[in-house]
Amino acid sequence: MQAFEYARPSTVQEAVSLLGNSWEDANLLAGGTDLLSLMKDYIHTPKRLVSLKGIKELEGIRKSAGGLRIGALVTLEELLRNPDVRKEYPSLAAAARGVASPQMRNMGTVGGDLCQRPRCWYFRLGFGLLAKGPNGESLVPSGDNRYHAIFNNRGPAYFVSASSFGPPLVALGATVNLVSPSGTRELPVEKFFVAPATENARENVLAPNEILTEILVPPAAGVRNATYEVRQKMALDYPLATASVALRMRGNTVASARIVLGHVAPVPWRAQAAEKALTGKTLNAAAIEEAAKAAVQGATPLSMNGYKVQLASVAVKRALEEAAQART
Amino acid sequence: MKKKKPEPGVTRRGFIRGVGLGSGVAGAGILETEAAAAPAVQVVGPGPAQVTLKVNGKQHTLNLEPRVTLLDALRDHLNYTGAKKVCDRASCGACTVIVGGKAVYACNMLAIEAQGQDIQTVESLSSGNKYHPLITAFVENDAQQCGFCTPGFVMAAKAFLEQNPNPTYEEVKAGLGGNLCRCGTYIGLRNAVLQAAKQMKGAANG
Repeated sequence: MQAFEYARPSTVQEAVSLLGNSWEDANLLAGGTDLLSLMKDYIHTPKRLVSLKGIKELEGIRKSAGGLRIGALVTLEELLRNPDVRKEYPSLAAAARGVASPQMRNMGTVGGDLCQRPRCWYFRLGFGLLAKGPNGESLVPSGDNRYHAIFNNRGPAYFVSASSFGPPLVALGATVNLVSPSGTRELPVEKFFVAPATENARENVLAPNEILTEILVPPAAGVRNATYEVRQKMALDYPLATASVALRMRGNTVASARIVLGHVAPVPWRAQAAEKALTGKTLNAAAIEEAAKAAVQGATPLSMNGYKVQLASVAVKRALEEAAQART
Repeated sequence: MKKKKPEPGVTRRGFIRGVGLGSGVAGAGILETEAAAAPAVQVVGPGPAQVTLKVNGKQHTLNLEPRVTLLDALRDHLNYTGAKKVCDRASCGACTVIVGGKAVYACNMLAIEAQGQDIQTVESLSSGNKYHPLITAFVENDAQQCGFCTPGFVMAAKAFLEQNPNPTYEEVKAGLGGNLCRCGTYIGLRNAVLQAAKQMKGAANG
């Protein structure tokens, strides 16, 4: 990797002051599981790395009446072992467990999961986030697109969001705090992720001089939530399709539903037709089946990823089945 | 083609160490100006900076560029060659060491970030003819074929058993989920870990 300066501040304010106005100036280092690989491949070539590991205020999981506060530096393993998470937020625990490498869970952080770059192999091979070939057109539609998007894939972005926690956090209605020199902004996780329209844009709204400091998840007592991930291998692999659900119940009836698909679009993908199909229904096998079908309505698979439509539908079905069985 | 005689006393790692030392002199100037520019927080690099690593209980002070990974520091600068460099992308587990009691990929951690923590490598598991129960269990269960992934598996297994001293087969399978063996010796590996778990409970000090 390219040589860089290294700084280890102890406060968020210090860290912000060490960042620059371009991604080439400085990058943030948390677990490093994604960033260092990107740097070894010269996809990221920052002049400076600002380590977040010395910043105490970015640590810890805290539960209060207002919900759950997850510091950006909380590792996947910490999240997975947290009793409040396991009890009240099984959809987050399942997403953490899905990262099946203990080493990865020990190093990787929740903030880093949200900020990791897409796994699109054109991007990873240096063709840019929009995978442009020599004539300026995307290489994805006519190339090997077996792991690419089946929704929101009419260009210019075809990659899928790689985040494990994006879908469950969107389903739970979580927000993130972003700190920059001009202050703090709180954004719904759903607004944090974006499909880039230009080569210079990114897959989220984070600015080069901004730090994702914490994740705030509303209370989930009484909210049945679950995540189901479909992957080729049970270890060391990204999922092919995932579904996270969060259901507010009135007795056996679904009062409101959030159903969010992962690894099917450049952002965590709200399956609104499925949410609508389920709302007001009794949560039974027939309703689940109907919602699973509705979740993939309007999918536009590419030449090699039609199989993901079925996987996404099954993921929704299984996540809803888990949620139906959950005690709250 | 004429066979070239290897130069006596020159190893690949020795050569890399030599280069590192040379660039250290050139980088010192950059370091000073950067440190002066940001008085609040010390900024080091891109040239070498002092890095102190505690490996298997022993302190080592090195002069390393911030970009040097823990794996390269261990192998190329300290001659702990047990941890292997295979994928170098946090995908195979061959470089697994234990840092602060947790199994990590040494290829994906900067050496400068591993300061102030206990680093354990596979070299700590034997002394003379005395072997950690995991090592004997690996031998007795044919837990390796080519052996290149073995040090990573042994360290992943050690960290796993410290958290789960009494595991089931399924738990061992999940606990070793961060390591790959291309020879496919997983059955032997899992049995070795189960055997070591039994022996470690019987032994006074594991």
